[in-house]
Amino acid sequence: MTSGDAFDSTLTRVIPSRRRRRIGEYLWVFLLGFSIVLILAMLGVILGDVIIHGAGHVSWTFITESPRQGLAEGGIYPAIIGTTFLVLLMTIAAVPLGVATAVYLHEYTPAETPKQAWSRFRTAEGADRRKLFGTVVLSLLAKVTRSAVANLAGVPSIVFGLFGLGFFIQFVGGTMDRLTQPAGEIVWGQGNLLWAALTLALLTLPTVIVATEEALRTVPADQRAASIALGATRWETIRRIVLPGALPGILPGAILAISRGAGEVAPILFTGAAYYLPFLPESLSSQFMHLGYHVLILSTQSPDVEATKPVLYGTVFVLLILTFLLNLTGVLIRARTRTKLRSGS
Amino acid sequence: MTKSVRQEPEPAPKIEVTGFNFFYGELHVLHDIVMDIPEKQVTAFIGPSGCGKSTFLRSINRMNDIIPGARARGAITLDGQDLYAKSIDVVALRRKVGMVFQKSNPFPKSVYENVAYGLRIGGVNDRNVLDEVVERSLQRAALWNEVKDRLNTSAMALSGGQQQRLCIARALAVDPEVLLMDEPASALDPIATQKIEELVYELKSNYTIVIVTHNMQQAARVSDRTAFFMLGKLVEYDDTNTIFMNPKQKLTEDYITGRFG
Amino acid sequence: MTVPGKANLARGVRGRFIRDRLMTSVFTGAGWFAILFITLIFAFTFREAMPIFTDPEVAREANLHEFFVKQLEGERMEQRFVWQPVGDIPKFSFVPLILGTLKATFVGLLVACPLGVAAALFSSEFAPPRLREWIKPMIELLAGIPSVVLGFFALMVLGTWLQEAFGFTYRLNAWNAGIALGIALLPVVFTISEDGMSSVPRYYREGSLALGASRFQTAWKVVLPAALPAVFASFVLAFGRAIGETMILLMAGGNAAITSWSLGDPLRTLSATIAAELGEVVFGDPHYSALFFIGTLLFVITFISNSAGQWFIGRMQRRMQGES
Repeated sequence: MTSGDAFDSTLTRVIPSRRRRRIGEYLWVFLLGFSIVLILAMLGVILGDVIIHGAGHVSWTFITESPRQGLAEGGIYPAIIGTTFLVLLMTIAAVPLGVATAVYLHEYTPAETPKQAWSRFRTAEGADRRKLFGTVVLSLLAKVTRSAVANLAGVPSIVFGLFGLGFFIQFVGGTMDRLTQPAGEIVWGQGNLLWAALTLALLTLPTVIVATEEALRTVPADQRAASIALGATRWETIRRIVLPGALPGILPGAILAISRGAGEVAPILFTGAAYYLPFLPESLSSQFMHLGYHVLILSTQSPDVEATKPVLYGTVFVLLILTFLLNLTGVLIRARTRTKLRSGS
Repeated sequence: MTKSVRQEPEPAPKIEVTGFNFFYGELHVLHDIVMDIPEKQVTAFIGPSGCGKSTFLRSINRMNDIIPGARARGAITLDGQDLYAKSIDVVALRRKVGMVFQKSNPFPKSVYENVAYGLRIGGVNDRNVLDEVVERSLQRAALWNEVKDRLNTSAMALSGGQQQRLCIARALAVDPEVLLMDEPASALDPIATQKIEELVYELKSNYTIVIVTHNMQQAARVSDRTAFFMLGKLVEYDDTNTIFMNPKQKLTEDYITGRFG
Repeated sequence: MTVPGKANLARGVRGRFIRDRLMTSVFTGAGWFAILFITLIFAFTFREAMPIFTDPEVAREANLHEFFVKQLEGERMEQRFVWQPVGDIPKFSFVPLILGTLKATFVGLLVACPLGVAAALFSSEFAPPRLREWIKPMIELLAGIPSVVLGFFALMVLGTWLQEAFGFTYRLNAWNAGIALGIALLPVVFTISEDGMSSVPRYYREGSLALGASRFQTAWKVVLPAALPAVFASFVLAFGRAIGETMILLMAGGNAAITSWSLGDPLRTLSATIAAELGEVVFGDPHYSALFFIGTLLFVITFISNSAGQWFIGRMQRRMQGES
């Protein structure tokens, strides 16, 4: 026993602060954990504030009537419908094009890096040379496109708004008017549903492309080989094997992109959102009301902030419900496929 | 191993290979291959890793086409038609020349849909026809009894050996004449391997089979003819008995007796 | 069953063949169409800004000297940078806008970086798996809040709280806008850092734990340094996002283009300036070109910071693949 004690005391002398260090560490871990609590608290406070002040104001009349009394009363029906149309149009424009572009990049452009293709091109001879030159160009194009797409996903949404104004409204719309309106009337050369939807579609396009290509990458190469070995053409392989296999990845990616697009306001500021319209958009060339834009207007341009506050909170609540429902669907689908993958392997 | 090959008349060659060369970019992987593959027999390709046996196998249904930089020179004919001629439809070719891969690769679909896949892409959607072909193919692949009650469960739930037999059934469903097998049992346990080997033996009465294997006992057990490849060259090609009992080349003998691997 | 005759290998399935060719054209067309638009985004934003270099009418009032260098004599004879695009003599100094952007970004990163990395480290190293499966969707939910809602919250609620708590002279200031911005940046920092930390191979940790290090030491001295490129990437990408974020700053920043270093003063960012003024601008005049030039500037800055971020992420992946 005595020798044991001596041994212990030696140890204590060698590593004297073991216990104090332990306590210090627990403190640090507690702090790290506290940061999570803090973040969740922020989320909780924001949601709580909106729910407490907003949920009560949401009623059947609120979501089915037009605004009245300088926006202070009535509902937000035109904004809900405007947002829905906008998001639908955006989805129709962005998702098929994004998925097709990703399929093109992943399934049709050469799998080699430009460097590999170039080194083969340099040593090739005769008839192969021309074919290989195409390979070099395509693989270079794919590489440049990929990095442009990845970077475009981070370009500020307000820049897309600028582009929408400069390209869709002034260039495309202006040209259309010059050609079709001899009287000089402005029909397409101003903000409308179509231009706003296309602007938003461009904003979501990179996200859709990136998510789809990532999903395509998860489809095992030997399944493609098996399909081809059974005499399937490339398209048949894509339709029956690749796309179904990638769908669990494409779907949440697309939904999350759409949900982001649904909440964006900066790109539609000058491309078609209207301050107040008592009626619904009738055609693609109509202006429209939008939930997010309505929030901006009510909180910054309201003549009487206190009077419009209930409507404002109600609008925020509806907007949050809309984006969260989309978001939640995406997150849930992704979580489900993740657990499926885990239990499958 | 009691084959009286000499007395029988030589079977007609199903596949004829003359002066076949293959390149991956600058890499010359197959040199002047010449061989006749007989109909309704099992031909085994053996040789050390990287000798080109798999590449050659994949040249027979032009699966190498999808690899960038792949180039073929010379001729492989199937029933007298040059597989690398312009008029050849690779899609039709691959239906005539089925393939089974090293790692079983069923689609993440049901057992039934896996087998029906080849027919469906061919435009067959008649349920009666599909049912019949699926049953027949699974029976030929000796899998029917094990899966007949769970045709609609996912193929991924089958065991490794079952998956591989499913892949064989899938290949048989499109009615091929030649079956290429790329080390079909290398990832399987001995019992599953034995089942595959028995199956190969059964299938040769209806199909011309070419099998790549790194397992020499397997080649000896299942094949009628054996080709030994090394460094992209066909070193020796003869009746399996001759190759294993009485090889003419020193290299073959060294390999067979395990002097290198 | 089969009676193998001569295999017919000539093209027999013309319909399938044609369909395949058709779909190849469809995908190629779609791919090139998207590529065309991506190029157009680059081209058009620059094109509309070009008059400040090419059009003498525009360049007289809006030019690089005016944007970045020129100062005016103030009332008390001090030198001042002024952004005042509407008036008899428009003044186009970017300096107050750049300063506003930097102040908001600074506060935003000050909130998001430490908090995001700490949360990521906890989630990846200490949280039980079941808790972790809750944390990640919650963060995604946070990421899903539209920035207009964050702007609204900062404007209506947070500003008042902060003013009451700290006694700011102005309710809308860099702190208020920056904290709201920080909430938007948090998911960026968290997600990318966490991905990086999770990709650190298990044997790194096992090696450290086997040497008698505690879990905290392992997290702090092994995992965090190994994941440093990802953490860097998350900061850089958050910076890019902060520079370009518009709605939060437009609503919660106070919209005053003043040259002040104080975080308690209201501010106006580059992005908010576009949002606030482009609606009323006359097409083709110097103000219009100046706003597009701001857009170009934002485009270039975010493009560079994104490329840098992607590069760091790539480095992280190479590092983990090269060593695992």
